[in-house]
Amino acid sequence: MTRPIRTLFFFVSAALLALAFWLSYSDLAPLGRNTSAYGDLVNSITVPQRHITDAVTAVNFDIRGFDTLGEEFILFASVLGVVLLMRRRSDDPMGDHEDKARGRIVPYPSDAVRVTALLLLSPMVLFGLYIVSHGQLTPGGGFQGGVVLSTAPLLFYLASTYPQFRAVTPPRLIEAAEAVGASAYIFIGGVCMALGGQFLENVLPLGKTGTLVSGGTVALIDLGVGLEVSAGFVLMMLVYLEELMEAKEQ
Amino acid sequence: MSYLPYAVAAWLFIIGLYGVITSRNLVHLCICVSVIQSSSYVLLLAIGYRTGRPAPVYADIPAGTPAVDPVVQALMLTDVVVEVTVMALLLALAVQVHKRLGTLDPDRLRKLRG
Amino acid sequence: MRYAPVLPVAIPLIAAALLAALSKAISQAASLIIAIAATLGAMGACVLLAGASRSESIVYWFGGWRPHAGVALGISFVIDPLGAGMAGFAGILTLAALAFSAKYFDTAENHLHALILAFLAAMCGFTLTGDMFNLFVFFELMSAAAFALCAHKTEDPGSLQGALNFAVTNTIGAYFILTGIALLYARIGALNMAQIGQTLGREHPNKLVFVAFAFVVCGYLIKGALVPFHFWLADAHAVAPTPICVLFSGVMVELGLYAVFRVYWAVFDPVFHIHIAGLRALFLSVGALTAVLAGVMCYSQRNIKRLLAYSTISHMGLMTIGAGLFDPVALSGAAIYVLGHGLVKAALFLCSGILLHRFGTVDELELHGVGKPLKWTAAVFVLGGIALAGTPFSGISAGDASLHSAAEHLGYHWVRWISLFAGTMTSAAVLRVAGRVFWGWGPARERASGAAPKSDEKRETQSGHKTIPSSMFLPAAVLLLAGLFLGMMPALPQSTLKAAAQFTNSSAYDARVLGGVSIAIPGPAMPETNVTFSLIAVGLAILIPAAQLFSRQARVLSKAIGPAMKWLHALHSGHVGDYVAFLTFGVAVFALACVFILQ
Repeated sequence: MTRPIRTLFFFVSAALLALAFWLSYSDLAPLGRNTSAYGDLVNSITVPQRHITDAVTAVNFDIRGFDTLGEEFILFASVLGVVLLMRRRSDDPMGDHEDKARGRIVPYPSDAVRVTALLLLSPMVLFGLYIVSHGQLTPGGGFQGGVVLSTAPLLFYLASTYPQFRAVTPPRLIEAAEAVGASAYIFIGGVCMALGGQFLENVLPLGKTGTLVSGGTVALIDLGVGLEVSAGFVLMMLVYLEELMEAKEQ
Repeated sequence: MSYLPYAVAAWLFIIGLYGVITSRNLVHLCICVSVIQSSSYVLLLAIGYRTGRPAPVYADIPAGTPAVDPVVQALMLTDVVVEVTVMALLLALAVQVHKRLGTLDPDRLRKLRG
Repeated sequence: MRYAPVLPVAIPLIAAALLAALSKAISQAASLIIAIAATLGAMGACVLLAGASRSESIVYWFGGWRPHAGVALGISFVIDPLGAGMAGFAGILTLAALAFSAKYFDTAENHLHALILAFLAAMCGFTLTGDMFNLFVFFELMSAAAFALCAHKTEDPGSLQGALNFAVTNTIGAYFILTGIALLYARIGALNMAQIGQTLGREHPNKLVFVAFAFVVCGYLIKGALVPFHFWLADAHAVAPTPICVLFSGVMVELGLYAVFRVYWAVFDPVFHIHIAGLRALFLSVGALTAVLAGVMCYSQRNIKRLLAYSTISHMGLMTIGAGLFDPVALSGAAIYVLGHGLVKAALFLCSGILLHRFGTVDELELHGVGKPLKWTAAVFVLGGIALAGTPFSGISAGDASLHSAAEHLGYHWVRWISLFAGTMTSAAVLRVAGRVFWGWGPARERASGAAPKSDEKRETQSGHKTIPSSMFLPAAVLLLAGLFLGMMPALPQSTLKAAAQFTNSSAYDARVLGGVSIAIPGPAMPETNVTFSLIAVGLAILIPAAQLFSRQARVLSKAIGPAMKWLHALHSGHVGDYVAFLTFGVAVFALACVFILQ
C-alpha cells in the first residue's frame, strides 16, 4: 500500500477502535471508584500472614510469585536473544551508511566526568543493594534494585575506556552470574517443595515484621532476582557497546 | 477528571499505532511500540486507584488499613520488565538492520514480498 | 506425582539457565544431550499429567495460596488432558527440532539450545495455566524466545526484516491482550479464569465484557495468524532456521488458537452461551476467509518455506472453523487435526531444510530437477503433500471426520467444501513442488506470471553437503509416518472426544478450580468417518499440479488470473506499517462486531 492509502486506512480503523474503547469505558466506574475484592484481600493479609509491609512485593514475589518467575525468564531469554543477535560474524558486510556522522572522534572523558562518576560508583552500589534487600519493607525489590546496581558498571564505563570496562566486567562471569540468579528462583521453589509445601510456598521462617530479615523466601528471591537483573543489564550493555566498538573500528 | 486517565490510555494506544504505521525510522518505530505499552500502564494504574486511600506500604501506616490496589501495581511492574526486554530485542534488530543495509527506513526494506 | 505439575516448566528453564551458564565451557554435543534430556523430562511429566487428569482436572496452586471464600488469591495450573496433550506435543516437536539441528548448524550455538528450552517451557506453562495474567506472561516468554530464534541468521537482511515484522505485530497483539485483561479486572476484580467465569456468569454481559473479549481474542488470534492478522507468519517462516520453523508451524501458531478457546470456555462461556450463534458466525467467517485466502496464496508461492507457511495459515483457518463451532465433537476434531497437521508440516519443513542443506536454496524454480538423487526425501515429501489433503487413516482426515460431522449436525453444510478447497490447494502446491524439484517435470524456465517474486534465501549452513545425515532425515521420516497413521491409533478419537468434553464444560471447570468439586461430564456421541471425501481431496490434489506442470491450457489459465494474484501479492508487501494497519482494522472491526452483533 502506498503511504497515503495506508494512513487513510488507519484513520478509519482508528476511529472504529476509539469507538470500541469509548463503548467499553461507558461501563467502567470513574477514576477511584473501582472495586476489587482481590486487592483488598491482599492488603489485609500481607502483614499478618507474611510479615511483609510492602504489599506490591508480596504480590510480586509471594502471592503471584510464579508470574515473576516467568517474567525473570523473559528477561533472561531476551538478554540471551540480544547476545545471539549481536554476535560477531566473520562475514560481516558493511552497507552504505548514508546517515553516519563522518570524521567524528569520541573524546576521552574529561576529569570532571571521571571524578563524578567514580565518586558516585560506591553510593550507587550501596543504593542498589539497599533497594534489593529492602523489597519486602518499602517500595523496591529485586527488579528495581537490580537495574540500579547495573548502572554502577555503566558509571565506570563513563569514567574510563571500553577495554578497561570489559576488564572489570568479564562476560563469562556475568553470564554465569545471570544464570545463577535465574536458577536461584527455581531452586528456592524446589526447596519449598522439598520442605513439604507447594512450589514457591513461603515455608521459611517469616521473621519480625519491619526488619530486614522478614518475609521468608521473599528476601532470598529478591537477592536472586537482583543478581539476575543486574547481570542481565550489564551483559546487554557489554553487547551493545561491543557493537559500537566494532563500528568504530571500521 | 473522572474518565480522563482512561481516555489518555486509549489516546496513547491509538497514537502509538499511528506512529508505527507511518514511521520512517526503525528506532522511531520501536519507541512508538513502547508508547503503546505505556498506554497499558496508564490504564492499569487508573483502574487500581482508590480515592482517598494511601499507598499499599504498611511501613508507617497501621497494618490492615484499606489502601490502593497492589495487584495492579504488581502487574504493571511485570509489564515494565516485559517492555524493556521486547524493546531490547527490537532495538538489537534495528541496529543489525542498519549494519547490514545501511538504512533505518522501513520503506527501504523490500526483501520480503508476496 | 506431587511434583509433576511444576516439572514441565521447571525442568526446561533450569536446563536453559545451565546451558547459558556453561555455554563456552561445554561442547555442542554435550549441550544437545542436556537439551534433549530436559525435553524428555518435560514430555514425561506431561504424559503423566495427561493420564492423571483424565477423570478430573488437576488443580495446582502455586505458593500454596488456595482460594479464600471464592476469591482466588494465587496462580493455579489447571491441567486437563487436552492442555497436557498440547504441551506433550510441543515436546515431541522440540525433540525433532533438536535432533535435526544436531548436524544442521555449523557453528556451535549453545545459546540456541537455551532459547529453544525456554521456548518449550513457555509453551508448557501456556497450555497448563489457569490464570489470565499468567497466560500473558508465558505468551510473552514464548514470544521473546521466538523473536530471537527467528532472527538467528543475522547476516541475511531478510531474516532481520522478517523477525522485525514478527516482533512488532505480536507485541502489539500482546498489548491488546493486556488491555483486555485490565478491562476485565476493572469490572470483575479477579485474574483467575475460573473466578472471572463464575462472576461473569451471575451478571448480564455489558459492552465492556464484549470489548475485553474482543481484545483478548484478537491478541491471541494475531499469534494464531488468522486473516487479517496473518501477514507476519509467512515472513517469519521464510527467514527462520528450519528447526525453528518446525516449532512455529507445528505448535506455536496452534497455541494461539488454543488460548482463544481456553479463555472462551473457562471465562466467557457462562455469560456468552446465549450468544453462541453469533459467535459461531464470527469465528466461522474468520476461519473460512483464512482458509480460502491462504490456500490461494499458498499455491502461488515459489519459495518452498513461504509456501508451507501459507499452507499452515490455511489449515489454521480450518482448525478455527472446527473450534469455532463451539461443540465438543468439533473441538476434538480440531485437536486431532492439530496433531496430524503438526506432524506432517514438521516433516515437510524438515525436508525443505534438507534441500537447503544440500543445494543452498529453497526456491522452487531454482531447484528444478536437482532433487533427483534424493529418493527417500522425495518419498517423505510426496507422502507429506498427499497427507495434507487428508489421506484415509491420517491424523488430518481423522480430525476432518469429527469436524465435518459436527458441522453437518449444526447445519453448516458449506464447511465440507471449504475444507476440501483448503486441503486440496495446500496439498496440490506441495505436490507441484515435489514434481518440479524431485522429478524435473514442468517447463524448465517458467515465466512465473502472478507467482510470488523471487526471494533470496541465504544459506543456513555451508554450501553443498553431499550426503544427508541420518540425524536430519530420520526425524522427518518418523514424524511423517506418525502423521500418516495417526488416525489408526485405536483410543485416539474416544479419548480426544472425552478430553474435549472436559475442556468445554465450563461449569465443571469453575467448580473444580474454586471449590475442588468434580462434576461428572457426559460423553458425547462418536462421529463416523468418511473415506470417499478424503479420496476425492487426494485425487484433486494430484490432478491440479499435474495439469499445471504438463498442460499448456492450464498455464494459459493461470496467466489469466495473473493480475488478480499480483494485487494479492502486493497486499502482502513486507512492510510492517501495512501489517499493523490491517491489524488495527481487524481488531476494531472484531470488537465492534462483538458489541453490536452479539447484543
